[in-house]
Amino acid sequence: MNIVKSRYVYFLISLLVIIPGIIFMGLNWAKTKDGPLLLGVDFRGGSLLEVQFEGTRPSAEDIASLYKEFSSEEQPIADPIIQSLGEDSFSIRSKTMTDETKGLIVAEMETRFSSRVIVLNFTSVSASVGAEVTRAAGFAILAAAAAILGYIWWAFRKVEHAYRYGTAAIIAMLHDVLVVVGVEAILGYFLGWEADALFLTALLTVIGFSVHDTIVVFDRVRENSGLYRRVEYEKMVNHSIVQTLDRSITTQLTVMFTLFTLVLFGGDSIRHFVIILLIGIFSGTYSSIFNAAQILVVWENREWTSWFKRKEEAAF
Amino acid sequence: MRNRNNWLVLIVLLIIFSLWVDLSKKITIYNPFNDKPLVDRNVDVKLGLDLRGGLQALLEADVPAETAITSEELNNARNILQNRANALGVSEIVMQTAGDRRIVAEFPGVTNPEEVVATLKQTALLEFVDMGTNPLQPGSIIKTDFGIADPAAPGVDSPTATPSDPAAAPTETAPAETIYHTVMTGAGLQTASVQRSQTGAYQIAFVLKSDATNTFAEYTTSHTKQYLAIVLDKQVISAPIIENPITSGEGVISGNFTQEAAQTLAVQLRSGALPIPIKVVESRTVGATLGEESIRKSVIAGIIGMIVVILFMGFNYQLPGIIADMALICYALFSLMVFKLIPVTLTLPGIAGFILSVGMAVDANVLIFERLKEELRAGRNLRQAIDLAWSRAWPSIRDSNTSTLITCLILFVFGNTFGASMVKGFSVTLALGVGISLFTAIIVTRTFLHTVLDGMKLAEHPRWFGL
Repeated sequence: MNIVKSRYVYFLISLLVIIPGIIFMGLNWAKTKDGPLLLGVDFRGGSLLEVQFEGTRPSAEDIASLYKEFSSEEQPIADPIIQSLGEDSFSIRSKTMTDETKGLIVAEMETRFSSRVIVLNFTSVSASVGAEVTRAAGFAILAAAAAILGYIWWAFRKVEHAYRYGTAAIIAMLHDVLVVVGVEAILGYFLGWEADALFLTALLTVIGFSVHDTIVVFDRVRENSGLYRRVEYEKMVNHSIVQTLDRSITTQLTVMFTLFTLVLFGGDSIRHFVIILLIGIFSGTYSSIFNAAQILVVWENREWTSWFKRKEEAAF
Repeated sequence: MRNRNNWLVLIVLLIIFSLWVDLSKKITIYNPFNDKPLVDRNVDVKLGLDLRGGLQALLEADVPAETAITSEELNNARNILQNRANALGVSEIVMQTAGDRRIVAEFPGVTNPEEVVATLKQTALLEFVDMGTNPLQPGSIIKTDFGIADPAAPGVDSPTATPSDPAAAPTETAPAETIYHTVMTGAGLQTASVQRSQTGAYQIAFVLKSDATNTFAEYTTSHTKQYLAIVLDKQVISAPIIENPITSGEGVISGNFTQEAAQTLAVQLRSGALPIPIKVVESRTVGATLGEESIRKSVIAGIIGMIVVILFMGFNYQLPGIIADMALICYALFSLMVFKLIPVTLTLPGIAGFILSVGMAVDANVLIFERLKEELRAGRNLRQAIDLAWSRAWPSIRDSNTSTLITCLILFVFGNTFGASMVKGFSVTLALGVGISLFTAIIVTRTFLHTVLDGMKLAEHPRWFGL
């Protein structure tokens, strides 16, 4: 089995997944002016109210006009975004409002629509906190990347070109981050999925796992580079990937199994979170088998010097 | 060999202990000599707000960002808010400082979040209240005339002190409808400090501001030998007797104070109003129904996930797989024990983190078993192969888990600074899961495997090792 030979095909597959994601990030940005993703109240600030009606559920227009009545200069909550949750509930997103206003709105809903109203969930975040959390989230991702890069560099310090391993692992990790953020951007564009604190948690977990997987492959490369000094680098790397292939797939499957049970049985509130994790972990395994060690080979052969030549051949 | 037996004994003891902790709500260990309980701990699973319903509010100091806030100020504010919240009669309130200018307040199970938030936002009010000759017990909730009745009545008016919102007042108001007269508010105080009397008792010395001195002098002269209660947010803190008229503007509050109680009261007197103004910047309410449903679903998902992984490992690796399954069950038992003993507050993402770490827990075993197959194929005998598999798989296991732990640490710091308890919960359970899984996958699996090997002549059956 030769997994290193057709490395450019695997790189191409990755690009085919990542590029649409980037396009949709741009489309989201053009649409909302907020950024590449639809941000949830955790990052953008605002209020999210999820209510269940025990009697008949009013129409979304009724709710919107009710919000308009309560809108004021300090709390401009008119024009909320209203989505159905199941048959009897709504999720309503608006600008930030206080608990007091929410209490008044819920009371008014009960009298006007003559139905008992159950507040399933209410989240209200001020815009300044949202902005700060967004900055900190970016910082958290960078800090994680830097810490992991440093650790790999240290763990592989006895191998020739230790920094190559760290850099390749970070590239593979960025690949997974782009896949996850891209998929979220696409889902946001079509289904209105918003990135919240849980999305950030999923993203950081994917980063951890991506590196986890890559390190197992690199560790084999490290071990084999001492054993097979006479063998060509490309062959040695391929051998290492093949040797760890069973493990990569088995681990991937067990994690996938547990995540699938969470998607199927784990309830609505974490479904987005788990689906993003599933995609990220799949991408992590893909990049550790088909991208990470291949980058080492590209680097070792300094292949970028002949990239244009290669392309001509491919076209032919 | 002896060493291995020791591990086996330890593991069996751990299993028994974890079963005991996992199945009980409370553990009590008696001292065999005097039958007194040595350890008496509640080990019920602690559920986060997203699972049991309730309110979480993130409070922030309402001062310009460049103004520094000392940790003492923030802690004082937290203590005062805690007292205020306790008066609401909600149990298990958690209030923690987060970062250097925020406080996270959690109110499990509240159904009236609007009122709770209103109570927190109101400025704390310290009053000196005329109790006549019948003092109330500390802790009683009273009504006073400050801000309600005659506006001229309070000696010193404070611009920051506002009357408590009637809607926010606790429902269990003590003795019906007695309205007490407020002599003066906390705004009249200059300083308050703890000192010891000649007899060695702790007391609080206070100095009044000049304009309050006159009011206080008049009042104490006409009400000598009566009780003057110190009331914080309508709750009686202490009701000392006026021994002598206080005309100098300096006085002493004596009573049966412990040093701690005196310190607390002095702090409350000094900072009757919060040391820093506070605003609510984030508020999350989860209804109880959503929480219940989430628990039920997560438990089902967890059990099904475990069963799938157990079956998969058994089919894929035969005998070692079944042993890894036993280790996995140990992992689940130990984790639950650790969660209950620490205790870790379980949130929905926390449970997701735990279920995820079940998948990861087997990774270490997968690494080892794949290595074991390789070594067996290379023609080594079983014992050699096992030893080699463990030692050669170790660097991968170490490095890969370290990177996961690094991520957990960063998530924890992030969650802690922003009061994002969901993120924090996820990182804690995942990190504990990684730690415990290292123990079960490496030590427990290996011990079990050797025990089985010693008992049977398995070396002749490589088939059982998935070859």
